[in-house]
This record gives sequence, structure tokens and C-alpha cells, in this order.
Amino acid sequence: MALTDTAMRQETAASDLAIELRGISKAFGSVQANKDISIRVKRGTIHGIVGENGAGKSTLMSILFGFYSADAGEIYVNGKLTEIPDSLSAIKSGIGMVFQHFKLVDNFTVLENVILGAEDSGLLRPSLARARGLLKDLAREFELNVNPDAKVEDLSVGHQQRVEILKALYREADILILDEPTGVLTPSEADHLFRILKGLKEQGKTIILITHKLREIMDVTDEVSVMRRGEMVATRVTAETNPTELAELMVGRKVLLRVEKTPAKPGAEVLRAEGLRVVDSHGVERLRGVSLDIRAGEILGIAGVAGNGQSELLEVLAGLREAEGQVWLRGEALPMSGAKFGPLSRRKQGIAHVPEDRHRRGLVLNFHAWENTAFGYHHDARFNPSPWRMDNDAIREDTRGKMERFDVRPPDCWLKASGFSGGNQQKIVLAREMERNPEVLLVGQPTRGGDIGAIEFIHQQLINLRDQGTAVLLVSVELDEILALSDRIAVMFDGRIMGERMPDETNAQELGLLMAGME
Amino acid sequence: MSTKARIPHWADVTLVPLVSIALAFVISAVLIWAIGESPWDAVKMMVEGAFGSSYGWGYTLYYATNFIFTGLAVSVAFQARLFNIGGEGQAALGGLGVALVCLYIPWPHWSVALVAASIGAAVFGAAWAFIPGYLQAKRGSHIVITTIMFNFIAASVLGYILVNILRPTGSMDPASPRFAPEIALPKLHEMLALVGIPFSRVPPVNISLLIAVGMCFVVWYLLWRTRLGYQIRAFGESEPAAEYAGISPVRITIYVMLISGGLAGMMAVNSVMGEQQRLVLNAVEGAGFIGIAVALMGRNHPFGVVLAALLFGFLYQGGAELALWTAIPRELIVVIQALVILFTGALDNMVRIPIARAFAAVRAR
Repeated sequence: MALTDTAMRQETAASDLAIELRGISKAFGSVQANKDISIRVKRGTIHGIVGENGAGKSTLMSILFGFYSADAGEIYVNGKLTEIPDSLSAIKSGIGMVFQHFKLVDNFTVLENVILGAEDSGLLRPSLARARGLLKDLAREFELNVNPDAKVEDLSVGHQQRVEILKALYREADILILDEPTGVLTPSEADHLFRILKGLKEQGKTIILITHKLREIMDVTDEVSVMRRGEMVATRVTAETNPTELAELMVGRKVLLRVEKTPAKPGAEVLRAEGLRVVDSHGVERLRGVSLDIRAGEILGIAGVAGNGQSELLEVLAGLREAEGQVWLRGEALPMSGAKFGPLSRRKQGIAHVPEDRHRRGLVLNFHAWENTAFGYHHDARFNPSPWRMDNDAIREDTRGKMERFDVRPPDCWLKASGFSGGNQQKIVLAREMERNPEVLLVGQPTRGGDIGAIEFIHQQLINLRDQGTAVLLVSVELDEILALSDRIAVMFDGRIMGERMPDETNAQELGLLMAGME
Repeated sequence: MSTKARIPHWADVTLVPLVSIALAFVISAVLIWAIGESPWDAVKMMVEGAFGSSYGWGYTLYYATNFIFTGLAVSVAFQARLFNIGGEGQAALGGLGVALVCLYIPWPHWSVALVAASIGAAVFGAAWAFIPGYLQAKRGSHIVITTIMFNFIAASVLGYILVNILRPTGSMDPASPRFAPEIALPKLHEMLALVGIPFSRVPPVNISLLIAVGMCFVVWYLLWRTRLGYQIRAFGESEPAAEYAGISPVRITIYVMLISGGLAGMMAVNSVMGEQQRLVLNAVEGAGFIGIAVALMGRNHPFGVVLAALLFGFLYQGGAELALWTAIPRELIVVIQALVILFTGALDNMVRIPIARAFAAVRAR
């Protein structure tokens, strides 16, 4: 299949290509991140690259932008064989990159950020003036409006992203690479971004869009290439394909895009929270009176754009952050501060927590897998025959069982947590938190960074736990995940719950409006 | 994907330090050659001086004992990513603890006195480390700043106590009276005589060497076989994760500093009770700072600390011999020691990255 594709594309004259990669390979140790990859990106198009996490998309783009050097292969920019040893030469060749995690100086203004590293001279004035003029033009042309004198830290995420795009354009980029640009945006911000991209395309710019969201691919791209396990498996004209085909190409088999579940049979109320208020160390109110309740055997989904108080809500319920207001577990008021408050006591009471950020909180990356499965439960009597001895053998035995039941690959309890793929790391965390049959499970972003196979498995486990009668609070920025799993959906915006909907009576558009703060 | 260099674990703990030391020695050799001495003779002199006789061995081991204690102190703290550079002051206060225990309580036997003095040293050292630990845990005062300031305070406190309280009337020397001869610690030659091995009587190496080695096992067991050690390591690897697991940062910081200070303080058992048999002003002699280099080189592992302590013991003793028997000035010895610290500590990556590249090249083939 890949062969006929190539044959077909050969007809395109080399001069019409903005980027051509031939036979790119890159290995990290024993991991082959990119295997003999060839791709042709036509000038003046939006070219999507899709693939699961770990498929090698980011590595490929890092090679194109000069962060890594390929072990083998050639890069042609505008038909010319080009060496890209570092990002400076990438910029010189007209390639610009917008990273998933912005690389901006927070306390600089927009203008200062735009010229940073590309000043015309030692004196800033002329560069600033030139940048200001350019920004004005771009704002008019592409709806790329940002206040040039605002400090970056005061901008919304969507605006910060525009600054990144402006940076690339100021450096005269003709080819723009965007790495998962919509992960942090509201649906309306994402739409705006796509309008900008389409405008840039009309001006003859070439755009490479890396994403794992198939809907975006279908909406904006002209062509799409699919990567799987370090290989380029297919390139399609977007108009001639569909999401199901792309998903199958990504995974290499048929996938269920919907989760199969029976209707929930909610029981008694398990967790109740009223009037939760959190003010952070900067004096910003993060939760402004959140109230909710969850019953046994149901999944309450919390939708919302990242940073609207969901993280704080999870932390308050898990005992990691003090708050005003009150939480009840089975009618019993839980301490909200003081000596009896804390993650240990919450766990003891039956509230398990799968944190949003497993690298920062959920796992100790440098610990072996077995050390991680006891994490947070290291006071358990069966792991501690005496205060002076931890029974490491018992922990390892327990880990082996968990790895088998949760299909953790590789099932090696001596492997460090950092050595597992994202999906398998998450399975380790889930196994640890779910296997003690908690009364309440708090889950944040359960499938972030997981591949489709792991996502399916994790979703099934959450449904199973619900069916066993656990009350599940699911926080996710993936609207599809919320819609697929939840029995009730609450939408958070700016520290408040904007409203509650039943999943079969609502849709992504309505939720999107609520997520943007519109009722 | 990480761009950090990856090397097999065995190479990380053997090859990297060995190459670093070799480089330090090569530069030292060039320096010695430049001032007109023979590097080869210097090496011979150092090795013979440190390992060529039981006399040399005795001194090497005596110094190594000090460095094991201070090296362990730094290592334990570093497992929690706390950089305790106050070993010097904690050891000085440990000396005060030893002196008080030995001077004011009549002990029937040295063995009882040894146990009590060890506890006294550990308690005083721990107490001195507690204050910076508490300030870090509760107030966020940076441990590096506070511990280094506490070194100066310790020196002044000790000077005051020695001059105004412990100094016998009529003595010009800012030092405590001698301890009772009955509680003098058995030296290594006495212990080896029991099994029929002859050993020089001169060097001060004594039974504290065994305590130091014992503490290595204790520290290893604590870190990798107990719940507290698990919590310390988890806290060191990731504070947000530790918080999530219900590990109190305040408590761990304070516990770790107590343990670290206690270990540093115990060094005084060797130097104050074992060698001087009285408390003098500068009993620590920089061992607190050498401990940092020892911990760095020993990769913060108790068994690595023993090996690194031996190396620095060799440098101390061999260097002393060199200064004694050749025209090489005493200052150059310090330069050699500094080069070893520089290469094994500060310039670690200079060696590590080429080695990692070499491994990557071999693997690619």
C-alpha cells in the first residue's frame, strides 16, 4: 500500500515540494524511534501527521528542526538537499516550529519575545519598531491579533500560542510545524487557530500539523500521513479518507472508538462536597464555591479546559490542598485541614487518587516499578513486618500480580518507571489505586499520553470499577473521553461548575460553549 | 526522548571515576614535572608512603575513617537532595559531645565510654544540623547557606567553650584537659596483635574504623531496607510525588538532617577520642569538606563512600610523605587533592559524555 502511494506521489515535481524527507532513521539506544521514513510535503498545503504517542512524530519533527541528527537519511527543503545540524540552520532554511510547551519568557512583553534571539542589532529600538509593524500587518491579515505590549504571563494560552506563531513568522518561516497545538485550547480557540492556519496557507505558507486528534485532521488538512511504531505507514489525501480508516492505520487493527458500557445503576450518595473555595499562593481564587455529589456506581465527568480549577478540585478531594468548604464521605464530614488532613488519611478512608500528572506526582520515575506500586501505601501492614524493615519481597510479589492483571508491558518489576511507555506507566498507577477497591476513585487525565490500545484497556477498567460500585470522579480535558465514559457531566470554567448535563442529552458543541464560560 | 547521556550502571560507578582520577593525576604529573621534580618518583613516594608499610597504611586508614563518616553524612542528605555542607561544623560540635562525655563522667571501661561517646557525638552533631534542617523545612531557608554559616558559628562556639570553660587553669593552649587514660581506644595494632598480625604502633588508626564500616552497613540498610529510607529516597527523587504519597517534606527534611549531622558528628570519635584524646580547636581539619568530594565520588552510595574515603586517605597520607621527603612544596599536595576533587566532582560530565558517546558508538556497530 505504501508503495503505490509513493509511486503516485512521484508524479509531483520536486519543485512543488516544501519538504521532502528520504529514508530518515533514528535510534535511541535500542529503541528505533524512526525507521526509514520518507515523506513529501507539498508547498502551500496543510499536511497532517497523525500517530499514537510514541509513534515517532515528535522525533521526526525534532530531526527536521535540528534538535536531533538523523542516523541515516536526507532532508530536502524546497527541493534542495539541506543539512540541519541545529535549530538555527532550520530557521535559516525557513522552518519554524511551534512547540506543545511554549518556549516564551513569561515576564517579557509580546514584542520582546518575538525579537528574542533575532534582534537586528545590539540596540533593541529598531528591531522592536520593525516587529511592531509586522505584528500590525499580521494581525490584520490573519486575525493574529495580540497586544504587542502585554506581558506573556498575562495572556491566555491561546494568545501565547499566537505569540509562538508570530515568532516563527518574524523569522520569515515559510514552513510552519505545529506540535499538538490544540491540546491546551478551548474548542473556539482551536477554531480560531485553524482559521489562522488556513489564512497562512492561502499566503503560500506550508504547514505541518502534528496531532492525535482525527477530527482536526479531517477539518483542516489537505493531506495526512500516518505513523505507527516509528514507521510511516500511509499517506492519504484527506478528502479521500475517513477517521475510521485513519484510526485503523494508526493502531494497525480495528478499533472501537466508542466505549461499550451498560447503563449505570447509581446507588447511595458516597461523596459530597459543598462550597469548596481555594485561593492560591498568588492570591488568585482557583475554586469559587464548587459543590458536587457522586453516588456509588456512577462516573461523574468533569469537563473543562486545563487550568479552570479541575486540578485544584482533585487536590482538595485527595487531601493535597486545604480549602474552605466541606467534604463528606458517606455522610461523615472529613477534616479539611490540620493534623488529620492529608493524602494518607484520605486513602485510609477509601479515597484513591490517580493524579493528573503521573510524571510529577503519580510515579517516582527513577524508582523501580515495584517501588512505585507501594507508593502511597508504604505504610500497609503487609509491606511492613516491623518499623525497621520493609518487606521488599512482598512488595515485588504484589507487583508481579498487578502487572499481570493490568497487562503492564514489559512485566518486569525491576524496570525503572521511566522505562515504561506512557500507557504502561498509567497502568501501574491505576493498578496501585484501583486494586484496593476504593469507595471513591479520583482520576485525572487517565489516558493522557497513552496509545489507543492502552486507552481502551484503561476505559474498560474504569467502567468495571464503576460496575463494582465505586464512585468515580473523572477529570479530563478530552471531551470525547468525558462523553464516552461519564454517566453525568459537569463543566468547569474559572473555578466554578457551569452546569451539569446528561451525556445522551448533550453534545460537544454545547459542552464547548460551557467550557468557554457561556451559558 | 531524553538527550541525556546513557551509560551502563557498572561503567557509571567504575569507569567514570577511574578516568577522572587518571586525568587528575596526569595533570598533577605535568605540574610536578614543570617545577623540575620527577613525577614518577613522586608517585612512587606517595604510594609507598601510603601503602608501602603498616605505618603508612595506619595513617591512610585513620584519615579514611574520618572521611567515611563525613562522606556518609553528605550522602544520606543528598539522597533527599539536601546538600549538607555543614559537616565541618557538625563534626566540631560532635567533638564537643565526645569531650563532655569523656571528661565529666568516670567510665569503668573504654568500651562503655566508646558507646557513650558515639552517642554524645551523634547527638551533638545532629542537634547542630537540626537548626538548618528546621529552617529549611519550615521557613525555606536554603540549606546550603545555613549549613555553611553554621560552620563558622560552630568554630566560634567551640573556641569560646575551649578558652572560657574547658581550658584547664594556667594552660595557654585552647584545648580541653586530657581524657582519662583508661578510656583510650584500642589502636589497630593492639586489635591485630590479638590475631597475631604485626602492625605499626605509631599511627592513630583505632577501633572507630570498625564503627565507620559498621555505619556504612547501617546507612545502606536504612536507605534500601526500611520505610524511612524509602520515604527519604522518594522525597529526594520528587517532592510533588512524595507529597502525593503522604510523605511529609517537613518531617523528612528534619529526619535526614538529624541523621546526616549525627554521622558527621561521629567523626569526632575517631579524631577526638581516638587520636587527640582531648578536644583541640581544629580537630576536624577540613574532613567535613572532604566528605563532599567523597560523597560525590562514591556516587552517594555507602559502599562507594568507603572506596572514595580510601582514595582521599591515600592522598592525605601520601601527600604528607611527599611534602616530608621531597622538594615538592606542601601547597602542591593541596593542588593535587584539589585536582582530584575538581575532576571527580565538578567536571564529572566532561568525562561522562565522551564515555557515553563511546558506548553509543560501540552499541551502534
